[in-house]
Amino acid sequence: MSGGVPFLPESASTIAGEFNILFAGLLAITGAVLGLVFLLLFRFCAHYRRGNDAADRGHWGRKSWRWEVGWTTASFVVFLGLYAWGADLYLREHRWPSNATDIYVVGKQWMWKVEHPDGQREINALHVALNRPVRLVMTSQDVIHSFFVPAFRLKQDVVPGRYVSLWFDPTRIGDYHLYCAQFCGTDHAAMGGMVSVLSDADYQKWLAANATGGTLAAQGGVLYRKLGCAGCHETGATVHAPKLAGLYGSAVTLRNGSTALADEGFIRSAILQPAQNVPTGYAPIMPSFVGQLNEEQVMSLVAYIKSLGAKPAAGSPSR
Amino acid sequence: MTVTTIGELPRQGEGDSYLTDGTTLGSWLLTHDHKRIAILYCLSITVFFFIGGAGAALIRLNLMTPQGTLFDAETYNRLFTLHGVVMVWLFLVPSIPTTFGNFLIPLMLGAKDLAFPRLNLLSWYLFATSGLIVLGGLIGGSVDTGWTFYEPLSSGYASGALVVVLFGIFVNGFSSILTGLNFVVSIHRLRAPGLTWYRLPIFCWSTYATSVILMLATPVLAVTLLLVIAEHLWGVGVFDPTHGGDPVLFQHMFWFYSHPAVYIMILPGMGVISEIIPAFARKTIFGYHFIAWSSIAIAVVGFFVWGHHMFVAGESIYSALVFSFLSFIVAVPSAIKVFNWLATLHKGSISFEAPMLYALGFILLFTIGGLTGLLLATLAFDVDVHDTYFVIAHFHYIMVGGMVSAYFAALHFWWPKVTGRLYPESWARFAAILIFFGFNLTFFPQFILGYLGMPRRYHAYPPEFQVWNVLSSAGASILAAAYLLPLFYLTWSLLRGERAPGNPWGATGLEWQTASPPPTDNFARTPVITRPPYDYPEPAA
Repeated sequence: MSGGVPFLPESASTIAGEFNILFAGLLAITGAVLGLVFLLLFRFCAHYRRGNDAADRGHWGRKSWRWEVGWTTASFVVFLGLYAWGADLYLREHRWPSNATDIYVVGKQWMWKVEHPDGQREINALHVALNRPVRLVMTSQDVIHSFFVPAFRLKQDVVPGRYVSLWFDPTRIGDYHLYCAQFCGTDHAAMGGMVSVLSDADYQKWLAANATGGTLAAQGGVLYRKLGCAGCHETGATVHAPKLAGLYGSAVTLRNGSTALADEGFIRSAILQPAQNVPTGYAPIMPSFVGQLNEEQVMSLVAYIKSLGAKPAAGSPSR
Repeated sequence: MTVTTIGELPRQGEGDSYLTDGTTLGSWLLTHDHKRIAILYCLSITVFFFIGGAGAALIRLNLMTPQGTLFDAETYNRLFTLHGVVMVWLFLVPSIPTTFGNFLIPLMLGAKDLAFPRLNLLSWYLFATSGLIVLGGLIGGSVDTGWTFYEPLSSGYASGALVVVLFGIFVNGFSSILTGLNFVVSIHRLRAPGLTWYRLPIFCWSTYATSVILMLATPVLAVTLLLVIAEHLWGVGVFDPTHGGDPVLFQHMFWFYSHPAVYIMILPGMGVISEIIPAFARKTIFGYHFIAWSSIAIAVVGFFVWGHHMFVAGESIYSALVFSFLSFIVAVPSAIKVFNWLATLHKGSISFEAPMLYALGFILLFTIGGLTGLLLATLAFDVDVHDTYFVIAHFHYIMVGGMVSAYFAALHFWWPKVTGRLYPESWARFAAILIFFGFNLTFFPQFILGYLGMPRRYHAYPPEFQVWNVLSSAGASILAAAYLLPLFYLTWSLLRGERAPGNPWGATGLEWQTASPPPTDNFARTPVITRPPYDYPEPAA
């Protein structure tokens, strides 16, 4: 969008390409219907204007059911087609590839805080590599925000108290707007920045230049020991508590009989509301860490627990 | 609708009209006459319309420049909150039902008044009180949550004045419920002899459908708002996750009211258009039964589509699939209406007075709004444009292009009946055309802005969006001027306008068979109906 009047947004993800085809189809179909309505309206108004005696006004159509059934069915069939097309792409928007890199995002008034798996942190910016699928694991520290990148044609509300995911596969190098799309208070319009899609080499350079002391999981590990989690959850502990190695991605049977998939959201909830997430065979003795940890700290703990071994949970919608 | 007997009509200018039956302030403020109550509503919502409109004008002024230099962020947020709250609850929801519904339903039924005249007056007092409370909270306090009051922003982060506004809307809801109840009972019980359901004008059907939604959906809003108030004041955990609540639950409850409320706002407009098209095409409405039942279908199915506001909000993808499907289904009855209106024009004898111009404008703008609604119901498309200007443009095409056009159509069509005066036709046509062009210039660029990715509720924006914002603001200034025009020429008409005959348009409705303005009791004798509605004579082939 360099100068001139912008008509089309940039396209920089695999989804955006498919979206553009969907949009062209939608535009063609609705445009045709709109054209038909306009044409009939203007044609009838011109031809049947009062005073135009040339118009034949006799024999009003009275048996209307054939017409009614006709246009009702036609509308319904067209609508059904649009529905199926949009739903198909929506489902694929929620099915991330198994090789996606997990990047953690916390929204708070009024900034996006990003934590890369190798420990790089950024605010109101996100650096990713070309053609490398990324899954964002997101939550909010305060109110609802919405992570929106028009060039990717993707948006996801980020809701406090739960984890949500958004994945994309960037297809073009460049800087693209990142917005908060859900009104979140005074400086809502200022809560945004840029998503930078870099070549592989540039991305490696960026990672190196922004390296921190340790990976996100390592930071989580420090916190894990500091909070004394190891005292119960490690082998050799005297307290009977579930072991965490291999937990991520497994199915956990809870005391109330239900089964939960141990994804990021489950682990977060098990840390903050342990009483509601007690696995079968264990006593509800774990204290809640609600109020003691902010969302970024919880995310580092989640990353640490994931690093202890995982069954791949790829491809399954998290909600 | 021809009647066999309607009794003697009072002659023009000899008093005895509802307007001259009592001239004191008390005779207006304590009236039980549905027609006078309609006037009270009309005056109140006109004030609210211009207050809400002023909010919109300031918003558009601020968006002339990317930096949003006119207002700071907080003031801007307060302005769009005021615009939304005032327009939704103090103008759009009450607009046609409380004014033309109140005025016309008894006339169309051949009745003396609504079923519960005192309740009707109470509705207006509740409405006026709620308006004052809401405006007091909005203008006196600092409320910047937007009209949607999303959680946990509302409970945890909003100022205390929010509670005042929410309470005002709570009171407003009772006015809605009582009005809906009054219409439903009246349409069931007060139809004149011979006036069967299928002889009712379409306006009665659409008002009936609207009333059902008013009665069933409004209580859910009331409960939701009370819960927000309780959470805000006492920290009761319902929606706020820090108190163990669920913010997405709020959205479910809010949209369970607010989506049906969209149909509260558009169904009466569809009723008005269904009266005006046959009158100016001199032709029986095409597909009466389909138009009548499509209103009922919209009212029913409209209760099951609320989740389409939440495709990116964190509802499950399976819910999204269902809500998307139902949203396509609810569009079918609207399509039926549009096609039937077009078929009514076919072989008509069409004239283009101001009410008809507004009605034709309604069809064009509503069709654009409806078709872009289909785009938004398409899941993957919504993910991109949700919460952008595309959505803003879409619902303004329905609410302003549709409902406000219909309101102005009704205002001009029934103006001679309500006031007993004619308005200057050429001024009215000019205003109608100006509104149509001003509207499109304001809102069409917003479709493009939304598609380009400009989020809504932004007080400042990236500079590449400026071209379209300036165009939109230019359109808004034309629209503002065009909306002020009727205020002047209708006031002039009230004072100097030519006296109107009983039936200036040569229309068939029962309301046209009594005097203009009607006497307090509407009809000298109860009419007996023997013919179907829209009984215009068919020309010989």
